[in-house]
Amino acid sequence: MNELLRRLLFLPPQASRMAEDIDGLHYFVILATMFASSLVGVVAWTFIVRFRQRTNRDATVRVESTLAFEVPMIVGVLSLFLLWWVIGFRQFLRISTPPPNTLDIYVAAKQWMWKFSYTEGPSAVERLTVPAGRPVRLIMTSRDVIHSLYIPALRLKQDVIPGRYVTMWFTADRPGTYPIYCAEYCGVSHSRMRGELVVLSDEDYGVWLANSEAQAVASRDLGGPAPPSDSNLTSVGQAVAVHRACFACHTIDGQRHIGPTWRGLYDSSVKLTDGRTVIADEAYLTKSMMEPRADIVDGFNPVMPSYHALLTEPETAALVEFIKSLRDVPTASGVALPKVETGP
Amino acid sequence: MSDAGAEHLDHFQDLEQQAHAARLGIWVFLASELLLFAGLFALYASYRAHYPEAFGWGVEHNVRALGTLNTAILISSSYAVATSVHMLRRGRPRFAAGLLVFTLACGSAFLVVKGIEYAGHFRDGVFPGGHGEFFVGKPEGVKVFYTLYFLMTGLHGIHVVAGMGVLAWLFARILQGKLTPPHTHPLDIGAVYWHLVDVVWIFLWPIFYLTPGTF
Amino acid sequence: MSATTPGLIPQGGALSLPPTFVNDDESIRSWLLTTDHKRVGILFFVATALMMALGGAFALVLRIEHLTPERTIVDALAYNRLFTMHGVVMVFLFMIPAIPGAFGNFLVPIMIGAKDVAFPRLNIASFYLYFVGAVVVLIAMQAGGLDTGWTFYTPYSVQSPSAVVPTLMGLFIVGWSSILTGLNFIVTVHTMRAKGLGWMRMPLFVWSIYGTSIIQVLATPVLGLAVALVAIDHGFDWGLFDPARGGDPVLFQHLFWFYSHPAVYIMILPAMGVVSEVVCTFCRKNPFSYRAIVYSTLGIAFVGFLTWGHHMFVAGLSVFDAGAFGILSMLVGIFSAIKVFTWVGTMYRGSIAFKTPLLYVFTFLFLFVFGGMTGIAVATTSLDVHWHDTYFVVAHFHFIMVGGTLTAYFAGLHYWFPKVTGKLYSERWGLLAAALVSAGFFVTFFPQFLLGNAGMPRRYYDYPPEYQTLHVISTVGSWVLASGMLITVGYLFWALKSGQDAGNNPWHSASYEWLTRSPPPPHNFDDTPVFASDPYDYTETGATQR
Repeated sequence: MNELLRRLLFLPPQASRMAEDIDGLHYFVILATMFASSLVGVVAWTFIVRFRQRTNRDATVRVESTLAFEVPMIVGVLSLFLLWWVIGFRQFLRISTPPPNTLDIYVAAKQWMWKFSYTEGPSAVERLTVPAGRPVRLIMTSRDVIHSLYIPALRLKQDVIPGRYVTMWFTADRPGTYPIYCAEYCGVSHSRMRGELVVLSDEDYGVWLANSEAQAVASRDLGGPAPPSDSNLTSVGQAVAVHRACFACHTIDGQRHIGPTWRGLYDSSVKLTDGRTVIADEAYLTKSMMEPRADIVDGFNPVMPSYHALLTEPETAALVEFIKSLRDVPTASGVALPKVETGP
Repeated sequence: MSDAGAEHLDHFQDLEQQAHAARLGIWVFLASELLLFAGLFALYASYRAHYPEAFGWGVEHNVRALGTLNTAILISSSYAVATSVHMLRRGRPRFAAGLLVFTLACGSAFLVVKGIEYAGHFRDGVFPGGHGEFFVGKPEGVKVFYTLYFLMTGLHGIHVVAGMGVLAWLFARILQGKLTPPHTHPLDIGAVYWHLVDVVWIFLWPIFYLTPGTF
Repeated sequence: MSATTPGLIPQGGALSLPPTFVNDDESIRSWLLTTDHKRVGILFFVATALMMALGGAFALVLRIEHLTPERTIVDALAYNRLFTMHGVVMVFLFMIPAIPGAFGNFLVPIMIGAKDVAFPRLNIASFYLYFVGAVVVLIAMQAGGLDTGWTFYTPYSVQSPSAVVPTLMGLFIVGWSSILTGLNFIVTVHTMRAKGLGWMRMPLFVWSIYGTSIIQVLATPVLGLAVALVAIDHGFDWGLFDPARGGDPVLFQHLFWFYSHPAVYIMILPAMGVVSEVVCTFCRKNPFSYRAIVYSTLGIAFVGFLTWGHHMFVAGLSVFDAGAFGILSMLVGIFSAIKVFTWVGTMYRGSIAFKTPLLYVFTFLFLFVFGGMTGIAVATTSLDVHWHDTYFVVAHFHFIMVGGTLTAYFAGLHYWFPKVTGKLYSERWGLLAAALVSAGFFVTFFPQFLLGNAGMPRRYYDYPPEYQTLHVISTVGSWVLASGMLITVGYLFWALKSGQDAGNNPWHSASYEWLTRSPPPPHNFDDTPVFASDPYDYTETGATQR
């Protein structure tokens, strides 16, 4: 039944269970729409025929609606609309709330291409490779204008905004290759800003991973503006930190120095000088590199320079990955770690 | 507008209907103007919530005395124009005209004070759009603050000029003897517009001069 | 036949005919400097109709381009500008001003028994503001136009190397026309009703214009602000929405949609008013519930201001906002449902004349329900994630704008053609054209729902080849639609010149505008009107035997 309706309505294959659920609601709503409009058309046509005019000066009786008509109609239609809202909103909550322990992939959108950076495996342009059955979280930003990552087979889409990180998560259940489109007009080649989602079974994903790690070259000396695209992101991040002298102010062993330590920092709760408390997520870490004066940690001085012009997107992503990798490392004795709270 | 006396425009039934329509018209127009400024106030609120320190710092950096002076000027001018309306209705056109001159003088004074402030900003290297020496090394929120400052006070200034134009025209008509009782509603309309100009400033004043917050 | 009844084209011996608003002074100067609301209405009609033709021509080119997946007749740059200009011209230069400016201006004062609108000079000024703004937009088009889409999202609109600033300046001016027209109607309805004509006895078309005017006055300034800010950022580099300077590009979307969602109600409410009038006249029947229509109109006008976020479900809103805007969108849909229920209920036990206006209304009912419920569908948050920025949304709003508003516009055009011109159009040609327009419309836009389902994004120059079949069907439909419209233009022009005289009230309608001559005299009524009757009284005892 699902398959019949799916084909009838020209919907793409359902690459996830979430897509199936969304389609279920889709069928409900669209069939009701077709039914209602046909009903109105048929009733109107019936009246037109049944009550057709005899002479053009005919008198008619005065017919007035009553509450007995209006109230049930209004209540009925409103209830139906609200039912759709309830189901739709619950689905929306699900697609907006990633589970813990997702496989994170960084996405950079720029006119007119998609760049995917993996924690394990080489970064790629246009091709997003994920394992089937595992929750994946895309962490996305744009280099220039607003784009929108759209994967019809997953029924998912998220606007990608410059100056901000946004996320989108999914679990792709069905191996295959599915188109990716940009869905927010972004200039002359908007319609060519495409990609593909490659969902690999566990086995195939293992093979893909092994191949890409074999190609990875760990580089400790980065002179150029971008890390080689075939390196492991965490080690790249460490190399960038060395190159940019981050360790002049930040430690990785939990000790307080000129700046806060990176150990256990990711996803922890951070108190700022203006009284706010924030979670040290990817956006916070990135912002701290780009706008260090914006969120000063309580008890520290605003002396960090901005790396806005010094770090490229892949380097920033790599640094964030490196800081994330320090989340569970055992601390030096005698050092109190900030309390770790998971985000909302 | 028609000439003196109980004459009214042809499509109205009587002068009372014409005056009523004119008054309703200006209030509807005011609703429109309020929404225009409301959009900017909404932007301010959103950006301030995002950059509380930078905005607070910007407010502190403005000269509170000048802002307050301007508030006093405009409130006086509103009082004058309201009294002018009252006097015109009472059949004292010369008094009404004199009060309008005072109102116009207040409007000019307001613009002069604003000009002094802007000159000060430009001297410090503060220009809208975050252009200028001043912004080097400062947080981004400061750029947004000043861009909004120039936009909102600039738009308000344009309305001050427009209001002065309307009042000047009404002043001329009073001198020509064209606005005498019962045909005095055009001045009511001009006065209401001037009050709008004043009221908008009453809200600009605290958000740009009185609320440094904690930073 | 023509010796005694005045028509649009005066016959010989015109001195003996009572004057109409047309023949009273026929100089060009008197038309261009008119303060007569009827003439202002005709000026708006002609100007907006020309803009509709222009926007339609762009649409035909877009559809021809889509016959093949890659380049067909234009390149990407031209295509992107064409779809933008199609949207800009259709929305701002046709849909927003047309029914209020043309039909509203002509009819509202007559329908309330007034000699003119409250501010006739402001009225002609409104027309010239529209005219100047439109000319500026056309000049910008000559300079290449812009490619941002009619939604002008930042940062792209600030960066796009195209005629952004002049286009937005033109729209800013046109916005003033909209505000002042709305202001004029609000004051007119409040202060100039004939003695004894209470609010709850006015023709429903007046209510619809009143509701529209409230929206125009309150929403348009925010659009003016939004486009002015983009123009300033583009021209002077003030970077208010530039992330590199601390700006938030999504804030532009909030400002833009705060206007543009209520704007769609500016586009549909007047059309709904036309539908109410046509249904009652051609079914010779009182409205199933006058109050329901009135309250729904006001409900749409107010609640419509609270739903703008449903255009931004994937733009980065919080989940709470998405939920809130979703519920409010469901609520605003109910008012339209109430109206449809009322219109269909009005037909029950009516005396229904199957004329061109009614055929258009029938098409309206089907297409509006379909389009409206697909609106409810996209307001269902999880579904919109898939549909947003795809052809599904394009189909949805064309169903409402073309299937709804344009269809109602054609209904009103035919209904009031005799009122304005004193002539009858050919009913046979009218029905044929209506059938072509209805069928052509459906074939053009229904496949676009399917394209959207399949994942085809909007504003796409190239597309994957698997979408071609649906595109070809849609394009062929556009040719049928266009032919219906061209035929309409043809027979209406012919009727203008050589149509049969209509008499004052060819439809034997009870509504107030038919109490006066067709075409009306310069001051609308020969004698001071007293609207003692109900404009929808078709009962035996009603004063309907006209």
